Amino acid sequence: MLEIRNLSKRFGGLVATNNVSITVDAGSISALIGPNGAGKTTIFAQISGFHRPDSGDIRFEGQSLLGLLPERICLLGIARTFQIVQPFAGLNVRENIAVGAHLHRASRRAALEHADAIAHRVGLGAQLDKPAAALTVAGRKRLELAKALATDPKLLLLDEVMAGLNPAEIDEIIPIIRGIRQSGVTILLIEHVMRAVMNLSDHAWVLNNGTLIASGTPSQIASNPKVIEAYLGHGAAARMQEQAGGARHA
Amino acid sequence: MRNLATIIIFCLVMAPVPLLIQSDFWITWLTLALFYAYLGQAWNLLGGYGGQFSFGHALFFGTGAYCTAILQIHFHINAWGGFVLATVAGGLIGAGTGWLVFRYGLRGSYFALVTLAFAEVFRILANSFDFTGAGVGLLVPLQPGIAQMQFESKAGFFWLLLMLVAVGLLFTWWLENARFGARLMAVRENEDAARALGVDPFDTKLRAIAISGAMAGSAGAVYVQLFLYIDPNIAYGPAMSVEALLVPIIGGLGTIFGPVLGAFALHVIAEIGRLAFGEAPGLNLVLYGILLVLMVLFLPNGLFGLGRVNFSTARLRRLFKRGSHA
Repeated sequence: MLEIRNLSKRFGGLVATNNVSITVDAGSISALIGPNGAGKTTIFAQISGFHRPDSGDIRFEGQSLLGLLPERICLLGIARTFQIVQPFAGLNVRENIAVGAHLHRASRRAALEHADAIAHRVGLGAQLDKPAAALTVAGRKRLELAKALATDPKLLLLDEVMAGLNPAEIDEIIPIIRGIRQSGVTILLIEHVMRAVMNLSDHAWVLNNGTLIASGTPSQIASNPKVIEAYLGHGAAARMQEQAGGARHA
Repeated sequence: MRNLATIIIFCLVMAPVPLLIQSDFWITWLTLALFYAYLGQAWNLLGGYGGQFSFGHALFFGTGAYCTAILQIHFHINAWGGFVLATVAGGLIGAGTGWLVFRYGLRGSYFALVTLAFAEVFRILANSFDFTGAGVGLLVPLQPGIAQMQFESKAGFFWLLLMLVAVGLLFTWWLENARFGARLMAVRENEDAARALGVDPFDTKLRAIAISGAMAGSAGAVYVQLFLYIDPNIAYGPAMSVEALLVPIIGGLGTIFGPVLGAFALHVIAEIGRLAFGEAPGLNLVLYGILLVLMVLFLPNGLFGLGRVNFSTARLRRLFKRGSHA
């Protein structure tokens, strides 16, 4: 469904994306993980048209997205959320979601009805008339999800929708995301909450310093020495193995 | 629906006023308040709903005014035809300005400065050409009668402007219940978030500035018929731009009734200022400046937000504290 081929992007001397290739299958939930500053969000920004790649290609259902504006890409069926939530602060929750709903609905009534339905789906049903600025962190994350979902996307890019949530809130949002997939939406997510990644995704890629260092099912990734080193520093994998070995001998 | 009912009630209450009040002074006063309400509605569409604060709405107003004046004087075109063409001219200048400014992504104070500069450029141009009457201005020949949009009674202009204000009210009411309005407000609140939801900000803002310009252009055409005179300072000077933005800011930005409320409030205040300080030139602008600062500090939602305000001296004290540190 989404094919990224040899994508590269640099900001001055910093290589943010280095020759990355990813293929997202229709109907799947895939995760893009990696330490802070690995370049995950930059990849999302390139897919959704906010940044232009220096080289490489991004194809969605066979069509190249290079050079398309964000609003055009959204119209093709790719919706993104923002890691730093971007609510329309002066509007209420219903009006916020309706902006997304209007993409394929010209009538205000249809858009508002769709907004209501989406809000109930992501658990914002009780807060429809609240100003977006009055929502809690968890509420704002859900609103990000709801706005993107209201555009009826084929592919949903979720950028850390669980960051800043407590474990109970994470447990609430996991089945919501699974439900979205079941309704036929393909999902690519960036996430630091490993429990969610393990729980949700069929496939994961690990990014470090702009380069893909591993790819596989979440359990394969979790035991990959390269991944452990990316997160915990050079030699960490060896030390962990040693410790595990030592514990077994004792 | 409640808003629609209020619009209808407002029109029904206002319509018979000239029949009840015989004083020409008060009818003229109300007519001018309606004129500024209409101009404020034009500004409110772009500034209040679209978040694009123009400091140069005189550009559209003046273009409409000159358009109808020149068409009548040099081409003997009927004033109603002039009114229609002035509306079109205002819209075209609006679209042209918007195309230039929004294409380069100018926002906030940059947008304000560019509109201010454009109005000034047109003021200087109008000062330099013969067909605009240069510095002397243009006098539209007196031809009383509805046919030339010069009404014999003061009530005629009152009703014409009431009609235009009603159109403005109905348009904003429609806007609040339409996809275009939702997109415009989304662009105002957060342009990147709007783009991520498939809203084209360039297209949305371009439409808003074109409609806003058309409304201001038609206001210019009515102004010319009312005073039968236009010169570069009236047409393109900053005074008209300031009135256009002050009216909705005082009344309530991005609200249906804000400009109407603001226009009446502003003209009551201006009248009080005239009584208190006399006719010293420029004094009303000083008063407007103080008013604007107070509004932004205490009533950022305008008079319309008065119900929600929590007035406390704390903010004033903080302001002075901040001042003393500087």
